[in-house]
Amino acid sequence: MGERLLEVEDLSVTFRTDQGIVRAVDSVSLHVDEGETLAIVGESGSGKSVTALSILGLIGDADSGRIEHGRISFEGQDLIAQNDAVLRKIRGNRIAMIFQEPMSSLNPVLTIGKQVAEPIRIHRGASWADAYEQAAELLKKVAIPDAAERLNDYPHQFSGGMRQRVMIAMALACQPKLIIADEPTTALDVTVQAQILSLLKELTREANSALILITHDLGVVARYADRVTVMYAGRIAETASARELYSNPQHPYTQGLMESIPGLGSTIGSRLITIDGQPPDLANLPVGCAFSPRCKYSRDVCLQKPPVLETVGEDHHRACYGYE
Amino acid sequence: MAMSDTQLLSVHGLKIHFPVKEGVIVQKQIGSVKAVDGVSFELRRGETFGLVGESGCGKSTTALAILRMLSLTAGRIVFEGEDITDYDENQMRPVRQRMQMVYQDPYGSLNPRMRVRHIIGEPLVVHGVNRRSSEYRARVDELIDLVGLLPDMADRYPHEFSGGQRQRIAIARALAPAPSLLICDEPVSALDVSIQAQVINLLMDLQAELGLTMLFIAHDLSIVRHISDRVGVMYLGRIVESASKDELFDHPKHPYTQALMNAVPVPDPEVEAGREQQLIRGEVPSVRNPPKGCHFHPRCPVAKSMCEQVAPALLPSAAGSLVSCHLVADGWSAAERSA
Repeated sequence: MGERLLEVEDLSVTFRTDQGIVRAVDSVSLHVDEGETLAIVGESGSGKSVTALSILGLIGDADSGRIEHGRISFEGQDLIAQNDAVLRKIRGNRIAMIFQEPMSSLNPVLTIGKQVAEPIRIHRGASWADAYEQAAELLKKVAIPDAAERLNDYPHQFSGGMRQRVMIAMALACQPKLIIADEPTTALDVTVQAQILSLLKELTREANSALILITHDLGVVARYADRVTVMYAGRIAETASARELYSNPQHPYTQGLMESIPGLGSTIGSRLITIDGQPPDLANLPVGCAFSPRCKYSRDVCLQKPPVLETVGEDHHRACYGYE
Repeated sequence: MAMSDTQLLSVHGLKIHFPVKEGVIVQKQIGSVKAVDGVSFELRRGETFGLVGESGCGKSTTALAILRMLSLTAGRIVFEGEDITDYDENQMRPVRQRMQMVYQDPYGSLNPRMRVRHIIGEPLVVHGVNRRSSEYRARVDELIDLVGLLPDMADRYPHEFSGGQRQRIAIARALAPAPSLLICDEPVSALDVSIQAQVINLLMDLQAELGLTMLFIAHDLSIVRHISDRVGVMYLGRIVESASKDELFDHPKHPYTQALMNAVPVPDPEVEAGREQQLIRGEVPSVRNPPKGCHFHPRCPVAKSMCEQVAPALLPSAAGSLVSCHLVADGWSAAERSA
């Protein structure tokens, strides 16, 4: 892998809610190297999307969210300290985002061509004519048939899979160093999901862009990720290379997740191994390890304070007091 | 059609077409959406039949048609030896005690202003049990215990529960009138991965304990494989392949079934690294305007000219499965594809 591209250190994000202050992201540290694919895995409320939005500087006043502390350094530049004008030059240019919902993340009253050309015009200062020409090229790249003719179409004339292709074209427009894709195919059918993810992977490899893939699908992670970070209740539970994580999971939560999936190739018909209990309530977390109420190895020390990430192998870390 | 003892439900030639209308004051029909277009299958007592397919393939519409919540365009539905095809609402009410549904979204399917006790007990009231009777209380308590909830949860409201617990409430409600057929429409797809396994285990336990027959609708192949005895694959309103679970997953015959299996990533990087991906092109066409002939032919990697003209029938294969493909009928197999 290449040089260190993104470094998040000790990031905490809080939200004001009716139930009081909720810490959606708690002391998260992670990094992404040039050209690699990092998957962030977790269930709803685990903090994976909020982590992504923080990197883009999109946690703001409007949603009562606040970055409590932490450092986000991208290409050596601290993003948290920057004002909006600087961030706007980075967003869509050096870092691009692909959202989950291709239906609602395109503007319905602007043509596809205008939306794909816009970042090129804004960040590259190209004329509209040049930007449209490049937009047509991009649409061709993401395999939209008759790309040049379809520039004048509106989003409603595109299917879900086509719209997500358009989102990928927009994200690639300025050849960003980092693309963050937040559940990019959850809204799509499996045969289309395979097309879109393979396309995304191929194009990021071609452009040597790094990819943060946020997902809850462990199959998708196995197929596309180089490294994986598993989040639970706002904290990182475990992080490792994809192969290492699947062959040698070290956190009881990761182990439970792996065991609870009915594998396409595993023995069928028997009972599934489950993780007992219910997902954590962020407004009401235990004092110690957030996973302790559901953990079969839980002991006294787990109830005192949350465990910190420790190294358990080469580039393999877990937040657990151990269960031997 | 003779109904054997082991058969609980038979669906034959089911068609559900929705009219597409134009005009504001004077409406005229300009076409139809063929959501279900000639679907036949049977459920044997005590088995789980999985119905899989991508969105818009007609699997949920099929479920609603069995409950007779939609009017049929064509076809016949026989349930427990009773032909319910032409039943009206009054005739359907007693039948629905014996066929119940669990919906996908446990947030939308429970009334937020009712206590759990009354949500679970409502089917009993609908079917004539007095809410103040001891029978009612005893049955509700029994159901709460059956689905693994705690007795003191009975007097709470749905918002106090997580998604997995809500789905348990929905299952308890469905079981209240002691149905013989339970239709589950994507019962775990709205739940977190760690909770899905709990609900799947519960459904399998209940089935064994109560001798339920289940129609299990889902798009997640690994879950369908885990829970089903037999599986039907739907594409654009038709069943393209139907077989025992092992036959279907180990030897998929229809090119669409093969593509579907290939598209699902296996949660194991080692396996994925060694797997060749065969992407099928395009997307599912609109049901408003399905392709002529075999519905799958525009995306099919092996389509022949015949496939563009003639819709293939669902025919038995040598291995005992049913496949709707001209090429399979002519002896084509997956081995030829890689050759």
